Amino acid sequence: MPATSREGNTVMKIRTLGRHAREGVKNLVRNGWMTFASISAVTITLLILGVFLILAMNVNFFAQNVEKQVEIRVFIDTLATKDNIASLEQNIKSIPKVASVQFIPKDEGLKQLRESMGEKAYLFEGMDKENPLPDAFVVKTKLPQETAAVASELKKLEFVSSINYGEGTVEKLFAATGAVRNVGIGFIIGLGFTAMFLIANTIKLTIVARRREIEIMKLVGATNWFIRWPFFVEGLLMGIMGALIPIVILIISYHYLVDAINGSLIASQMFQLLPLFPLVYQVALALLAIGAFIGIWGSLVSVRRFLRV
Amino acid sequence: MIEMFDVWKTYPNGTNALKGINIRIEKGEFVYVVGPSGAGKSTFIKLMYREEKPTKGQIFLGGFNVSRIKERQIPMVRRSIGVVFQDFKLLPTLSVFENVAFAMEVIEASPKQIKPRVMDVLGLVKLKHKAKMLPSELSGGEQQRVALARALVNNPGIIIADEPTGNLDPETSWEIMKLFEEINQRGTTVVMATHNREIVNTMRKRVVAIEAGQIARDEQRGEYGYED
Repeated sequence: MPATSREGNTVMKIRTLGRHAREGVKNLVRNGWMTFASISAVTITLLILGVFLILAMNVNFFAQNVEKQVEIRVFIDTLATKDNIASLEQNIKSIPKVASVQFIPKDEGLKQLRESMGEKAYLFEGMDKENPLPDAFVVKTKLPQETAAVASELKKLEFVSSINYGEGTVEKLFAATGAVRNVGIGFIIGLGFTAMFLIANTIKLTIVARRREIEIMKLVGATNWFIRWPFFVEGLLMGIMGALIPIVILIISYHYLVDAINGSLIASQMFQLLPLFPLVYQVALALLAIGAFIGIWGSLVSVRRFLRV
Repeated sequence: MIEMFDVWKTYPNGTNALKGINIRIEKGEFVYVVGPSGAGKSTFIKLMYREEKPTKGQIFLGGFNVSRIKERQIPMVRRSIGVVFQDFKLLPTLSVFENVAFAMEVIEASPKQIKPRVMDVLGLVKLKHKAKMLPSELSGGEQQRVALARALVNNPGIIIADEPTGNLDPETSWEIMKLFEEINQRGTTVVMATHNREIVNTMRKRVVAIEAGQIARDEQRGEYGYED
């Protein structure tokens, strides 16, 4: 008498697990063309998704670099004594949103001003003797977006004569970087969904071709999970295989792109690509996870329709 | 073994397929289910292996209340019965051996048990020598024998057959019927829906005639009783 015990239902035997894995792989080979179609669908969509992911991460990196340049210049009242300046520095440091405070004596301030003027530096000649600039602090905030809030707090402090942080320009900059980020996230979510439906549809085709097999399995008393597992394995493998090709392509091409751009003259403090590592690890992991997830999801969703015999 | 109490089946489109069926089939019986097409024969058969659920009434089969069981218990019911169809329902990509072994794999039998048992039932249907062939390389009668072997491999107490000779020529039909007879002799209950007048009238068994969704006739060693 063969085993028809009910316990086989709740605890999956290791042998059965092996059978599901074997069946899953066998089905991939047996349905060669359908497998090829599904993997191609995964490959193409994940490649597009990967390109956008890298693009979006670089745009974000660029936006961060730009934002980091934002600083607040706090000009100190010329009447302030050394002690006054020291206590002002303490007061600024005690604001929780402040990341760093740097003292710029007026000579240094003038030097910086000249440098920023480049060829027109001659305009400031002769000012060394009677420097009109006050001493200043350069304040950086922990979050660039908090610049305006911190600035208004700084204004209230004693011995602060005036404040400059590029009011107006900074707000526009943040609006722009915020918009770029949102568009990037929107694009990636949209692409993710497109990929999911495309792949689920391809997998559905392969399963429709096998509804007879499922019907027979049900008739001889297979449990729903017994039927699902090989499809689960199949979806997982298709997702992973589909992700490997775009990962390799992206790593190689991004490697060359980084070499070309970061080594060239266009690159500057502000404009630089993210280094190859750890970016490619992150993107590879994301693509693998997405590929595996949509592979499994597509398989299980499609097989569900045929389980209601 | 199988009991039905006031079983009704109404399909969503409003068709009353069965209207108050009461029947009791004992262990080891051989029952023909006859009747005109569309009279409810198929529904009657499908209710037993829980392909369809009754709208009203109770069905008991080998210790299960088939009309009340939960969705996830259906596989357990199916394991206690073997089903044979007119169109064989074999998997075209699997060999004869694999097709039969499939039914044992599904219930998670060990390979050690599977091999001898499959060869045993293939011996019973006289197809041992074709174990490695694909269904497409076999004749219709041979394919039906494979299907029968698959239905038998897990030692079910009941075999349910829906027109098993419907696609076969008379001579082959008789070969299949002899196998059913042999299986029944070994103690397996057989319930068979059929249109085959000659077989019913020659190999005399209990005949249940279903007409317009009701049991019109139920006789031991009965006749087919319809002009085809």
